[in-house]
Amino acid sequence: MFGKLTLEAIPYHEPIIMVTAAAIAIGGLGLVGALTYFKKWGYLWTEWITSIDHKKLGIMYFIVALVMLIRGFADAIMMRSQQALAAGGAEGFLPPHHYDQIFSAHGVIMIFFVAMPMVIGLMNLVVPLQIGARDVAFPFMNNLSFWLFAAGVVLVNISLVVGEFAQTGWLAYAPLSGIEYSPGVGVDYWIWALQISGIGTTLTGINFFVTIIKMRTKGMKLFRMPIFTWTSLCANVLIIASFPILTATIALLTLDRYLGMHFFTNDFGGNMMMYVNLIWAWGHPEVYILILPAFGVFSEVISTFARKRLFGYGTMVWATVAITVLSFIVWLHHFFTMGAGANVNAFFGIMTMIIAIPTGVKIFNWLFTMYRGRIEFTSPVLWTLGFIITFSIGGMTGVMLSIPAANFVLHNSLFVIAHFHNVIIGGVVFGMLAGLTYWFPKAFGFTLNEKWGKRSFWCWLVGFYVAFMPLYVLSFFGAVRRMQSYANSEWQPLMLVAWVGAVIIMCGIACTVIQFYVSIRDRKQNQDVTGDPWDGRTLEWATSSPAQFYNFAHLPEIKGVDDFWRMKEENGGKLPLSEAPYQDIHMPKDTWEGPVIGGLSIVFGFALIWHIWWLAIVGGLGMFGVFMARIFREDVDYYVPAAEVERIEREHRQRVERGVSQSSTYASQVGGQA
Amino acid sequence: MSTDTLSNHGDHAHEHDHHDTAGTKLFGFWVYLMSDLIIFGSLFATFAVLLKGTADGPTPGEIFELPFVLVETFLLLFSSFTYGMAVLAMNADRASQVKAWLAITFLLGAGFVGMEVYEFQHLIHEGFGPDRSAFLSAFFTLVGTHGLHVTFGLIWILVMLIQVQTKGLTDMTRPRIMCLSLFWHFLDIVWICVFSFVYLMGVL
Amino acid sequence: MSGHASHAEQSHGSVKSYVIGLILSIVLTIIPFGVVMTGSFATSATVLIVVATAVAQVLVQLILFMHMSTKTDEGWNVTAFVFTASILVLVIGGSLWIMHNLHLNMMIG
Repeated sequence: MFGKLTLEAIPYHEPIIMVTAAAIAIGGLGLVGALTYFKKWGYLWTEWITSIDHKKLGIMYFIVALVMLIRGFADAIMMRSQQALAAGGAEGFLPPHHYDQIFSAHGVIMIFFVAMPMVIGLMNLVVPLQIGARDVAFPFMNNLSFWLFAAGVVLVNISLVVGEFAQTGWLAYAPLSGIEYSPGVGVDYWIWALQISGIGTTLTGINFFVTIIKMRTKGMKLFRMPIFTWTSLCANVLIIASFPILTATIALLTLDRYLGMHFFTNDFGGNMMMYVNLIWAWGHPEVYILILPAFGVFSEVISTFARKRLFGYGTMVWATVAITVLSFIVWLHHFFTMGAGANVNAFFGIMTMIIAIPTGVKIFNWLFTMYRGRIEFTSPVLWTLGFIITFSIGGMTGVMLSIPAANFVLHNSLFVIAHFHNVIIGGVVFGMLAGLTYWFPKAFGFTLNEKWGKRSFWCWLVGFYVAFMPLYVLSFFGAVRRMQSYANSEWQPLMLVAWVGAVIIMCGIACTVIQFYVSIRDRKQNQDVTGDPWDGRTLEWATSSPAQFYNFAHLPEIKGVDDFWRMKEENGGKLPLSEAPYQDIHMPKDTWEGPVIGGLSIVFGFALIWHIWWLAIVGGLGMFGVFMARIFREDVDYYVPAAEVERIEREHRQRVERGVSQSSTYASQVGGQA
Repeated sequence: MSTDTLSNHGDHAHEHDHHDTAGTKLFGFWVYLMSDLIIFGSLFATFAVLLKGTADGPTPGEIFELPFVLVETFLLLFSSFTYGMAVLAMNADRASQVKAWLAITFLLGAGFVGMEVYEFQHLIHEGFGPDRSAFLSAFFTLVGTHGLHVTFGLIWILVMLIQVQTKGLTDMTRPRIMCLSLFWHFLDIVWICVFSFVYLMGVL
Repeated sequence: MSGHASHAEQSHGSVKSYVIGLILSIVLTIIPFGVVMTGSFATSATVLIVVATAVAQVLVQLILFMHMSTKTDEGWNVTAFVFTASILVLVIGGSLWIMHNLHLNMMIG
């Protein structure tokens, strides 16, 4: 009846898990209670859960990402604590069984459920606004993508309390992840969480690719698009071309585990090296899916706050395109040591070095944009400066790893850990936090507190160096990754330093939480009435903050790069506001099908993880049935009457005029704070 | 009357706008097919790598029957042609002809799936199931994934038959018939690669 | 609606184009099957013929059945296809090269 699922599956004997579970349960009950008490369930359902508004979906992606950041960081600090303690025969506080789950979960969560939703969340929030569109190409699918992603998040979190998570590392290398060596449900949680959320990601990729190609406003030629839109376009191309490889690879591992096939087994002709090859054929493009949009954020931030057009717009675009293509011919550098010959290793080593060149071009573009600019040192600019330095160092250790001979020494050591945290924290995390601060007013209508933003930045920057520079050093003494304990107690001092670094980063996360609290508390005085708090250059700042659900009352017409800047100049430095007459606006309707399919996919995945076949059939047929209901539904869109548009726009105009006369724009307030 | 719309051609006539939305759908579906092509590409690569992993089980030459595959190929090829006729009938606004051609396409596709199921059942019965060797795992998975796609295509044809019956040829059903057309021809193209690289090269 | 119809005519083909496509496909199917089933050529020549007819038939169906054309969608459908095909060549070709090399070095298979 319940497959492999019994009450034994709940780890009562693990106090850490039980306390966490209790905290989550109490928090969850509190949330449910509050929603019921304040009668907010209906609001939540109609305004958020069923919403097809890309801006709201972007916000929801970000909320999930921030919650999961805390979960992933909890894993990180437990690992650092364990390694700070478990030296010279000491066992620390985490047994191997638990420690192995933690490092696997940390990687999976940070990449798939923190970095990816932050990137996709920003794309949702910003891209349609930047290209002057009313919504994405396929609004229903956008909602569905979010809920499939959320289903993956839920499955990973269920694994904490019901059963176990994979103990295989974040990529679940075969044959360790095969049924013979991982008979538990841990790998199955990994499989279904990634498979379901991965399909959501692929749909997002298709959606945004088509949106950028087909929905650009009049005059928005490709080479007039803002750089963030360009980098998003390339990231989506990478999603479309690489995520299917992940889907196929996970499907093959699933067949091995569920139907006794022999793709990646030791025996019956299977080849586990093909698994490693396939997973990295996806995995390498994946890192560029994460970093390219971050590059886009830095480009927007630096050009806005240096008050200059980005230096070398064309080279920036071509560098991005070059990285997109090259990212598909470097994947072997993740397994130089697996046994390929000198020719193969040399080819992929050289390709890896070549991909550093367009990245270097970008660094120079940012530096030259700042040169002779009037830079305001706001927190997004600080994140950008921190990025330029940190990412350059990370890039150089990457080039070191790309030398096959050096790689044979460094492979699987802490050097690799230090390197990819160097580029992911210094690149993706800094980029997403810069983007969050930069576009927060567009999403919520008020700016984030600068003081706490800067504190967060300094904690992250210092914490990063204190936590990861010791790992570079330790790697030269032979410390490998994924150690639950180690015999050499001489490593312990540097492990303790790394632990201190992690604590400093924790302070950075705390600063961000306080920043949200303080900013929401002071939202009246930080209000962004104009919609253009930073004196921006691109179209998203032409809308109100938060942007209306239809984005633009009239679709703008574009004549060049940074066209909003030109519009403001031609308007005598004042914001160009929309004028009557207005027209009816054609908009898509909200959808109940997306969240319901997402919910049923949780049932489907959970049932398959525990081999509850009847429930899997129920979940599968349920998803099919709801999808059919959607297919046969005809009232999927409506018209916003012109009078309604006029009323909204008039109110916005009044707010702007009142706001401008009362106080100055936000830009000068930031100056005051700094 | 002119209206501002979701798509970016606000000044075009209302009629025309629906055409553009259909164009976006069709292009989006095309991009989906590209991603599906990558899935098949991964499976072809895996098949090629595991081709020699027969683990003392049967080799491709021992289990493939080319005349059988040739008949399957022609079923799918002719179904591609009949689907083309359905599209032409749609362009000529002849709903009953559309339904007739869709039904014929369905029968040909069902024949193909039936033959594939027979082939699989036969192999499993002989003891050559997908768990026998890595080669057989890769063979069943590659060919089976294609067969599963054809099965989804059949379900989709049924849905379109119902929708053309109840709703007629409308702005809602037309783009779907066009997307399904792309899907169906796409599956024929994948099958060309299957019979060439799996069956024909397999027996060499 | 006249504009709509003429556009459709262009991009969705005619009976003639479908018949030509069908005949070409039949020929391009019979040739490789015939060559393999009769075994009248050397293996390398057979492989060449099978690959060539497969590529030819894929192109026939792409152009005559799926109407892939640089004229629709400003050529984006062709661009997308060419990009995908290149990625497939890189990933499949690369994988086979890597795996072949591993086989040689690890002395398995």
